[in-house]
Amino acid sequence: MSHLLREHAPITEATWRMIDEEARERLRPALAARKLVDFGGPHGWTYSATSLGRTDPLSAPVDGVTALQRRVLPVAELRGPFALARDELRAADRGAADVDLHPLDEAALRIATAENAVVFHGWAAAGVTGIAQAAAHDAIPLGEDCSLYPRHVAHAVEALLRVGVDGPYGLALGPAAYTRVLETTEHGGYPLLDHLRKIIGGPLVWAPGVQGALVVSQRGGDFLLETGEDLSIGYDAHNADAVELYLLESFTFRVVTPEAAVALTP
Amino acid sequence: MGFDQYHEPAHELPGETRTFARLCASLTEEAEAIGWYEQRIAVEPDRDARAIMRDAQGEEFKHFAMDLEFLLRRSPLWREIAQGILFQEGDIVEHGEEAEEEAVEEAAARGAPLVGTTSLGIGSLKGAPT
Repeated sequence: MSHLLREHAPITEATWRMIDEEARERLRPALAARKLVDFGGPHGWTYSATSLGRTDPLSAPVDGVTALQRRVLPVAELRGPFALARDELRAADRGAADVDLHPLDEAALRIATAENAVVFHGWAAAGVTGIAQAAAHDAIPLGEDCSLYPRHVAHAVEALLRVGVDGPYGLALGPAAYTRVLETTEHGGYPLLDHLRKIIGGPLVWAPGVQGALVVSQRGGDFLLETGEDLSIGYDAHNADAVELYLLESFTFRVVTPEAAVALTP
Repeated sequence: MGFDQYHEPAHELPGETRTFARLCASLTEEAEAIGWYEQRIAVEPDRDARAIMRDAQGEEFKHFAMDLEFLLRRSPLWREIAQGILFQEGDIVEHGEEAEEEAVEEAAARGAPLVGTTSLGIGSLKGAPT
């Protein structure tokens, strides 16, 4: 039995499949970081730290020897609880097509938003520096005037080229900026979305959890998301009315090349 | 360069499945190489040449075993069935039938996915449609 304790949930095999599939459908559009950074693992639930290959000085235990301590990045866990009504799960078993899985949908968006926020803006409590914090370039104010977005993004691309970071590049747009871009067409009716894609030459993604936007290198090896347990659903408890479940993942994140990203602040 | 290990559009496949498929392809290639060396050794009259090929075949044995172990670690049901068959004395077919029956029934009873881990299998989304 795995630590997720799924076998203890009063949920049939078919309904578990439905829950898992719903979670995948809701998570994939929102997991922006995974569309732009390198992904390592999954190394499993027992994976507890990522080796950084570096050391800190350490006082020696006895005279005549020297000592160093290995530096590691400890794995952090994110857990998004939600509860499903047992009436709805019974309806699913009867073949209902309109099962209410809103609590799962909301939890999926929350945990995806959290993952994006950690990758792009960091998580001090877990010792994670995000891409925007690590970026070696001056941040570019994005603002709300969409007509200037191509210019801002082009300046970001130019900053990356200047330090030898070649394309293609990816663009993570926070929800507010993304909506503005979607709504906008330029002179002649050309969609702004397509114009921005042409500038970066790579993916443009909707990124809940991102403040403003980021232009990031897509050449690989610059940003590393290392997973222990990849996103999974586990079981907590149940009563006569509801089953308490949770979305879970464990991971570390590190920026290898601070020169490979430019933040565009809101 | 072909990508024959994929039977579904690669961009629709989660990263874990693509890795799984790559290692399956690698396992197949190692098995083929083992078979080829076996044939070459069988017909080669030169003793030194046979020794070199026997050494090379040993490498393929190692590669095959590493590929297999990786795949078994990623597929709990496959691992469970393999444990009932590999390194056992007695009738191979009988062990196979018993191992499959026990492992599949147990997995189905506990609602576990029959292939892959208990995770949602999302993995990397680089290259996914945006």
